[in-house]
Amino acid sequence: MRILTGNDLKTGAVIWWTGSDWSLHVADAVDVTGREDELARVEEAERRVNVPYAIDAEMHEGQPRPAHIKDRIRALGPTVRQDLTLKPADPDIRNWVI
Amino acid sequence: MYRYDQYDQQMVDARVEEFRDQARRRLEGKLTEDQFKPLRLMNGLYLQLHAYMLRVAVPYGTLNSLQIRALADIAEKYDRGYGHFTTRQNIQYNWIKLEDVADILADLAKVEMHAIQTSGNCIRNISSDHFAGAAADEVTDPRPYAELLRQWSSFHPEFSYLPRKFKIAVIASDTDRAAMRLHDIGIQIVERDGALGAAFYVGGGMGRTPMVAPCINPFVPLDQLITYAEACLRVYNRHGRRDNKYKARIKILVHEMGAEEYTRQVEEEFAHLLEQGVEPPFAELERIRTFFADPPFDAGADVALDRSDPDFALWVDRNTVAHKADGYVSAVISLKPVGGIPGDATAEQMRLMGDLAKEYSFDELRVMHTQNIVLPHVRKADLHAVWTALDGAGLGSPNLDTVEDIIACPGLDYCSLANARSIPVAQRISERFAANGKTAELGQLKVKISGCINACGHHHAGHIGILGVDRKGVENYQLSLGGSEAEDVSLAKITGPGFDEAGIVDAVETAADVYLRERQDGERFLDTYRRIGMTPFKEALYG
Ligand code: HEM
Ligand code: SF4
Repeated sequence: MRILTGNDLKTGAVIWWTGSDWSLHVADAVDVTGREDELARVEEAERRVNVPYAIDAEMHEGQPRPAHIKDRIRALGPTVRQDLTLKPADPDIRNWVI
Repeated sequence: MYRYDQYDQQMVDARVEEFRDQARRRLEGKLTEDQFKPLRLMNGLYLQLHAYMLRVAVPYGTLNSLQIRALADIAEKYDRGYGHFTTRQNIQYNWIKLEDVADILADLAKVEMHAIQTSGNCIRNISSDHFAGAAADEVTDPRPYAELLRQWSSFHPEFSYLPRKFKIAVIASDTDRAAMRLHDIGIQIVERDGALGAAFYVGGGMGRTPMVAPCINPFVPLDQLITYAEACLRVYNRHGRRDNKYKARIKILVHEMGAEEYTRQVEEEFAHLLEQGVEPPFAELERIRTFFADPPFDAGADVALDRSDPDFALWVDRNTVAHKADGYVSAVISLKPVGGIPGDATAEQMRLMGDLAKEYSFDELRVMHTQNIVLPHVRKADLHAVWTALDGAGLGSPNLDTVEDIIACPGLDYCSLANARSIPVAQRISERFAANGKTAELGQLKVKISGCINACGHHHAGHIGILGVDRKGVENYQLSLGGSEAEDVSLAKITGPGFDEAGIVDAVETAADVYLRERQDGERFLDTYRRIGMTPFKEALYG
């Protein structure tokens, strides 16, 4: 599957396209296969997101998991500061990222 | 240290307001990202993996307590309570919001700081010896010249759109503590027949094509320093490869043109420029110099030291270096606790360092390219108090230049250009050696890690260098040996096939063990490698 991501224009936070809005959580991302360019154009014009782009992902335990480690680190936060990630207390999250 | 005059302040303040307007227009949608990106980059604002990243210039690595406190306040107010000190003697914040940037820049301007020219194809922050003005071995303090170069290069219209970024380092001793020959221009202030001059080394650099800069002129009189630098830049600006980003650095030009031809053209341009009179008036250098006068050292400072506390004595031996004034040393604050993130400091740690600088080091701090902090002028009599305070704040690791004092770039944990993570590799290596107890025995062993070929972590110059690569979506690490950024400069050579994350830590230990087995009296790792060559290391690693 393809999912759409970018950074929030104001805050820089990593965000994911949910089909109707943007979310901080990759779990909310929806498949945009075939509509990547069109959606990216429309959303960029809306000024919520900075340079949106589509990436490869696959479903993993019912949720999208980006195919590349770089996007998984984007999705969560730095592996070296779990306290600053979106899942500061999840003991298994490392396996999801790496 | 240098203090802004009204012109410096006006320039910086004007830039803050200019950026405030640009950011507002971007947020209102009047500027596209394509239009805004070059504007934000001119103010050190990147978009990185998790947020915007702001790179703040620390001119030649010098800070006072007011400034580091302002950096701490920014970390707390606008970021997540910490900052990252870098190999370019700067500081970076990783979690910045675009809507806050103008306010941050305004806060910086209040303490005579900014983020101008910390990105883009211009002359970047000038780097220098972190022991400048304190070192026992310098012929003069290099900072007035670094400051003169800073003023000359700030908003220099001719050099705002160079073919590529441009980095200058200035030192004034034979011992090179600033990786001078790995800069686009390295300047060493030297003495000849009682007069001072500047030796120019041009065309060094790291990145994908590392080069050691050749000396193109061993002695430029100091009253022609700027004119000569201008000539070097002009020839580069004229002939640098704007057609290919990967060949656009001056090192490629000097290499392709040949150092001899490049030098000939510089000398020709120099002769022409001498007629134009572009050198700043001598009075300006004199004015700058007054800011760098020695602080009032205590002539009666006690030269003896109470070494009865063994932990303190170890820190003194490892982390302090000789000072030009009797009874003083320069003390290095390690930002490399075992298992920690190299170069990161919390807001509280920054404030503490500021307080210690104010109380014990004539209000001065320096950022080292090895991502540590220096208190340049500490009385021996005050060292125990300094160490006690540092140790209590997790800043007292006695590991300067050891295998635990690792340089690591942000890598894939933060950087959008990265292929692999660097920080966890540094963490595992320092933990490994702290646990196996070999750190002390290994002595000086410089490990440097970059998360991609851009080499921000100086891996080409590591006694042991590590480069993160992407192997079919999996992090992999190339090991290299034999590099040095110091006066015995050399580029490291790759050992062979790469390793995975666990394997690279084992590989570093294996290489260290070869050294321990093979070394002769007094040899450092680097010396042994240079004597015995790559083969024994390869055999141990891959045999
Ligand atoms: C995280 C954002 C960063 C980006 C996007 C970035 C980008 C780059 C790039 C593209 C190069 C290669 C330039 C060339 O070869 O022409 C480079 C080189 C370099 N960067 Fe970074 N860098 C980043 C962070 C850092 C940090 C954190 C440091 C200090 C720890 C640093 C210090 C350096 C140094 C020392 C070099 C090599 C010296 C040279 O040849 O210019 N950079 N960087
Ligand atoms: S070396 Fe590569 S990964 Fe590391 S900071 Fe530089 S650009 Fe990023």
